Amino acid sequence: MNKLIPELKKSFVTALWFAFLTFPILVIKVNTVRNSILWRWGNLAAVFVLTMALSYVWRRLLEKRARGERLFDLSGLVPAKLRGIELKSVFAQKKNSRAALAVLLALAVLFPFVAGMYQTNIVTTALMYVILGLGLNIVIGLGGLLQLGYAAFYAVGAYTYGILNTRFGLSFWIALPLGAVLATIFGIILGFPVLRLKGDYLAIVTLGFAEICRIVLENWNDFSSGPSGISQIDRPPFFGIKLSVPQSAIYLYLITLALVVVTVFIVRRLENSRLGRAWEAMREDAVASEAMGVNLTIAKLSAFALGAFWAGMVGVLFAAKTTFINPASFTLMESVLILCIIVLGGMGSTAGVIVGALVIILLPEYLRAFTQYRMLLYGSILVLMMVFRPGGIIRKVRKSYVFKADGQVEGAGHE
Amino acid sequence: MSESILDAKNVTMNFGGLRALNDVSMTIRQGEIVALIGPNGAGKTTFFNCVTGVYPPSAGTISITPPGKSPEVINNLLPHVVTEKGLARTFQNIRLFQNMTVLENVMIGRHARLKAGILGAILRDGSTREEEQKVIHDSYEILKKIELEKYVNELAKNLPYGAQRLLEIARALATEPFLLLLDEPAAGMNPKETGHLDDLIVRIRDTEKVSIFLIEHDMSLVMRVSERIYVVDYGQLIAEGTPAEIKRNPVVIKAYLGEEVNA
Ligand SMILES: Nc1ncnc2c1ncn2[C@@H]1O[C@H](COP(=O)(O)OP(=O)(O)OP(=O)(O)O)[C@@H](O)[C@H]1O
Ligand SMILES: [Mg+2]
Repeated sequence: MNKLIPELKKSFVTALWFAFLTFPILVIKVNTVRNSILWRWGNLAAVFVLTMALSYVWRRLLEKRARGERLFDLSGLVPAKLRGIELKSVFAQKKNSRAALAVLLALAVLFPFVAGMYQTNIVTTALMYVILGLGLNIVIGLGGLLQLGYAAFYAVGAYTYGILNTRFGLSFWIALPLGAVLATIFGIILGFPVLRLKGDYLAIVTLGFAEICRIVLENWNDFSSGPSGISQIDRPPFFGIKLSVPQSAIYLYLITLALVVVTVFIVRRLENSRLGRAWEAMREDAVASEAMGVNLTIAKLSAFALGAFWAGMVGVLFAAKTTFINPASFTLMESVLILCIIVLGGMGSTAGVIVGALVIILLPEYLRAFTQYRMLLYGSILVLMMVFRPGGIIRKVRKSYVFKADGQVEGAGHE
Repeated sequence: MSESILDAKNVTMNFGGLRALNDVSMTIRQGEIVALIGPNGAGKTTFFNCVTGVYPPSAGTISITPPGKSPEVINNLLPHVVTEKGLARTFQNIRLFQNMTVLENVMIGRHARLKAGILGAILRDGSTREEEQKVIHDSYEILKKIELEKYVNELAKNLPYGAQRLLEIARALATEPFLLLLDEPAAGMNPKETGHLDDLIVRIRDTEKVSIFLIEHDMSLVMRVSERIYVVDYGQLIAEGTPAEIKRNPVVIKAYLGEEVNA
């Protein structure tokens, strides 16, 4: 406890400094009509006490983290009966984790029929970002290629459907694979010139590429209708039947959910394959991976192509959901948002990316109740996460194996 | 005398104005353990880099003759192609896949010997599944040979330094090379680990039928394991011979060895 006094002193200084900085905005209020000044000393006291407390807690938490302790011990909340059972070991059993997944999926399918249209719509959006996150995760999380132009491929998908639908009446179900394939081709086209770049340089070139795409869309009026965008895009019909707006919201939700399942399935398989290992090796050390026989050209292009594939697909979904697209939806911010999902959720971890997307997209929606503090809260949560859990919410678990004497192999983790 | 498997003729490597290798010629024959020594900055690692395709040499030819095959020039091949042809290397500054497990590191080494592509990965058909089972199994067997099996599920970065060096060797062996190039495998090892490395190098040569080309500063290790030694200094090949000859060679002593060899 002999450390308490100096610690408090530090917090005191911090609080003092903070009170000083916020003094002009929080304390002085000039009334220009009556030419008088209102001194709100109460605010000052509040700021002072609050910062002092926060700064003290903050430093304690950082200390705890430095010592490698758990920040919040939640074991007291678990009923005594269950305490002996490790949650991890329960889910490590294939049977249990399968059952849990099935229940989760059933709940997800039922969700739109119970929740209202508003809820259904925002969750659909979140699910779309799950797919985007998983796609970009191939490029950044597995391949280690810092790609900041992901929104461009998203735009390719959206405009594929938007243009072909409004001009040629192309149906959603044809546009869906077509948009994905076109985006893949774009991914490969971008891949070639950046093959020799890495790190920051790669980030800048991909960013530039995305901006070029957006600016072309904004200015090429004959092709993309410029900044006014394309409107009245068809929602996906249900076997030829035109659905009402609420029905179509549910329908789109279910389509998106199905695509999420397909994406997770495929991404998991890719991850645990020869190609997935090559991507990760490239991320860890490109020179060494090449020396081990990994063809970097193939590894990079395939990562770009497969990443773009999912973006193109979601682009089509997006156009069908909003029925209106314009270049403003595909700015750099969009790419950054998807990157945030990956970083917050946990680089390279499928489960992490799913949770990350849900948090990043749903949190601001559900924080709407706090209107003006919404973005402040959202920002603080992100900062706190990154400070105290830099590996992301769910870190990737590497597959481990038990080798038995009789040559049998048992895999664990991952599944 | 058995046939040569690596032939480097008049190799020169320039980095801008710096000539890191000047007209160097070396030959490795089937089944040999050959050492490449020289003072710091002599150009040893650069020579390995030229051979393994990291840099194309500025002049000269490098050719290989895989056992039972005809000779071919590998000057301008990319590193992964050189690996496919049967040369494997380790790195002086350890370059493991740090955040992957020990087993996964070795599995990457098998990359060039596997076939599965994107479709195979997604569909996971019979042959892909078989291949995956086999690569896990084979990689584990390699770890056993190098005596790293107790670390199998450990992240590479959590291994002790000596074990990381060994893992580099295991990973290189997984590519099924006929020539293994080791760049300072004993650097940072304690005397006990180095002694163990001696046996390992000889055992790999004998049981895996790979020839070994070794860069090393630890003279006692070099003198014990190698059958022939090349000495470079300032990018020049200054001597070649058996350990006994090199120990006596005045040029070498002057350039580099000095008291170290007599001690
Ligand atoms: N990529 C490069 N670009 C420029 N110069 C280089 C490059 N690689 C090596 N060199 C230079 O070439 C010379 C030989 O370097 P090299 O790494 O081959 O030495 P080395 O014999 O392996 O030394 P050490 O025993 O310290 O490992 C050095 O002067 C080095 O600075
Ligand atoms: Mg060197």
